[in-house]
Amino acid sequence: MTTDPPVASTPPPGSAMQQGLQVCDTCELLSRPAQGAATGVCPRCDRPVEFRKVQSLQRTWAFVLAAAICYVPANVLPVLTTITFEGAESDTIMGGVVLLWSPTGWPLSLIVLIASIMIPCGKIVALTHLLLTVHRGSIKNSEERVRLYRLVEVIGRWSMVDVFVDTFTVALVQLQPLMSVEPGPGLFFFAAVVVLTMLAVQSFDPRLIWDPSNVKEVRHA
Amino acid sequence: MPDTVPPVPESRVTHGRRKRLSLVWIIPLVAAAVGGWIAVTEILGRGPTITIIFDSAQGLEAGKTRIQYNGVDIGTLTKIRLTKDRKQVEATASIAAGNDDLLVEGTHFWVVRPRISGAEVSGLETLLSGAFVSLEIGKSKVKKRRFVALKEPPVVESGVPGRFFVLKTDDLGSLEQGTPVYLRRLKVGQVSSYKLNDDGKSFDIMVFVNAPYDQYVNPATRFWQASGIDVSLNASGVDVETQSLLSILIGGVAFQTPASAGVLPPAEAETRFELFASRASAFQTPLGEPEEFVLVFGQSIRGLEVGAPVELEGVRIGEVAGMKLVFDTSTDDISVPVTIRIYQALLGLSHAQTGEAKRRVRVDALVKKGYRAQLRTGSLLTGSLFVSIDHYSDPPPATVDWSQQPPQLPTVAGGLAGIEDEARELLKELKTIPFQKIGQDVAVAITQLNRTLKRATTLIESANGLVQPDSVLVSELDQALQEASGAARAVRVLADYLERHPEALIRGKSPEEN
Repeated sequence: MTTDPPVASTPPPGSAMQQGLQVCDTCELLSRPAQGAATGVCPRCDRPVEFRKVQSLQRTWAFVLAAAICYVPANVLPVLTTITFEGAESDTIMGGVVLLWSPTGWPLSLIVLIASIMIPCGKIVALTHLLLTVHRGSIKNSEERVRLYRLVEVIGRWSMVDVFVDTFTVALVQLQPLMSVEPGPGLFFFAAVVVLTMLAVQSFDPRLIWDPSNVKEVRHA
Repeated sequence: MPDTVPPVPESRVTHGRRKRLSLVWIIPLVAAAVGGWIAVTEILGRGPTITIIFDSAQGLEAGKTRIQYNGVDIGTLTKIRLTKDRKQVEATASIAAGNDDLLVEGTHFWVVRPRISGAEVSGLETLLSGAFVSLEIGKSKVKKRRFVALKEPPVVESGVPGRFFVLKTDDLGSLEQGTPVYLRRLKVGQVSSYKLNDDGKSFDIMVFVNAPYDQYVNPATRFWQASGIDVSLNASGVDVETQSLLSILIGGVAFQTPASAGVLPPAEAETRFELFASRASAFQTPLGEPEEFVLVFGQSIRGLEVGAPVELEGVRIGEVAGMKLVFDTSTDDISVPVTIRIYQALLGLSHAQTGEAKRRVRVDALVKKGYRAQLRTGSLLTGSLFVSIDHYSDPPPATVDWSQQPPQLPTVAGGLAGIEDEARELLKELKTIPFQKIGQDVAVAITQLNRTLKRATTLIESANGLVQPDSVLVSELDQALQEASGAARAVRVLADYLERHPEALIRGKSPEEN
């Protein structure tokens, strides 16, 4: 087999950036920056085009950091305050897990534990890991890291379910004067954690994961 | 080499300033600021932590049981554990910030549980909500962090205007915490607590009278047990005395000031009063503390009972408190000392005149004047005795034996009571003399004598025929007959007189009859 493989099946070495090409994030039109310029505006849809997402790492760091900060009050402060005739009772997320933990109710308790405590925490840890490895220019396990990024992106939105359940509960359980449920301050922080981690995932440019390996490959080639 | 890259349009150039630091950093800053602010307020808002010792943690739950003051949550029990000696429960409570001034000396905590006492039902809300801890706030400024909870909620919470008074009684009756206190059948307070005194013989009952009714309690006010129904039968019919239906069921304390007391300043808080058993006894002249004396009568005290009156010049001044037989083994003497109680108030003495020294002087003076105690018959029917202290014009000299405890008063044995008894005996004997029969007997005797005389005359007349008128026999007979007829006349006169005056047999002829 001496003939060159077809162009379509074997991509040329290096990335679009290495070939001086940019892709528009909105309409996915490939373009080339003007001579001497690094960025520009998409000729088709008039959106800014760049080789990589603008300030991706910085923004992701900011969102991850904010999410990490909000994660603390989200877990410490009560998310729901149940007001019954016997008085008000405030529950944190962890309190709910403990409350649900019983010989029969442990699966539910586990769901709350995973969806509301472990996933947000895991997202923050995963994003931090991605950011740190990108900063180091690591080329190891880039495929796993990309997979991790996809996973974080996919499951991120499901954490919002907790917020929805809580808000529905608040809206529906208004049986005054017998019973009413009010959102606690922790709920806002929890929602903030979910939103901030989603923003962080969005602002992270996964192409940064394999950029170093491309450079190496090119250098190797 | 063909260009593998298809023609690609060129992006347009814009001239935007690229900032080195993204605005997005505001987000973590805001998050940090909000989180920090919440943390700071949480730390600043954290109030003091206190420890409360409870007898039992029944109904208490760590993290849930609230501490309420007037219905406002001021804290929560955070931890409940046994004390080291395992006899009590030590609860840790976190109190909301700004309540430092509640945690002072004199502040009391207690657990509010449903309570159903006779007078009221309270704490029903805790049936559903579970127990909570309530408190009353002390007036002190001394801060305190460790409290011992009250066993029972205080009947009267601090801050309620009114005053406490102390009632002393020998018998608690049906009184208990919360038993109502009535003034003219109006509920004006309640019993707040009671305790058996150290001697085990009497109770001190704390009652609380709400303002403004507490002003009607003055030093002359009488308190009595208004428990149940008091039925008395007297000349005017049946008299039923009750306070209210509630007091019939659960008892009560009533008070009133006798009209005779006049206008007095209100009694000070915690003034001590005696709790009388009934309204009637309450409105008797207050007797005060009795003085005890011992009397030894040299006679049988059969008929003398405990509670028998002691009278001075016919006025009741006390009662017999007890009696016992004392056998003196050294002299083989038997004596029966009778203990009597004399009440100062019944003697018409005020408190100022009742000092110990004055009392001795007074009693000595009375004895010197000739006052002696004596047993008297109160009723001829029952033979019951009472003690009478009377003045004797010339009694045998005697003194009060102060060496004894209680002191011994001199007595007079028998006395008038003995004379009375003798007179009665004499009268009884006099009644047995049959004066009527004596008179009749005398009359019968005289008729028989008359008959004898007539026969004698007949005999003499017949003898006259036999005897010459000039004979000695005749003249002597004549003389004898004359004397006999004189005797007969005298007997007739006597008989007549006795018919009219039979008592002359004993007394003799009264001189004015002649």
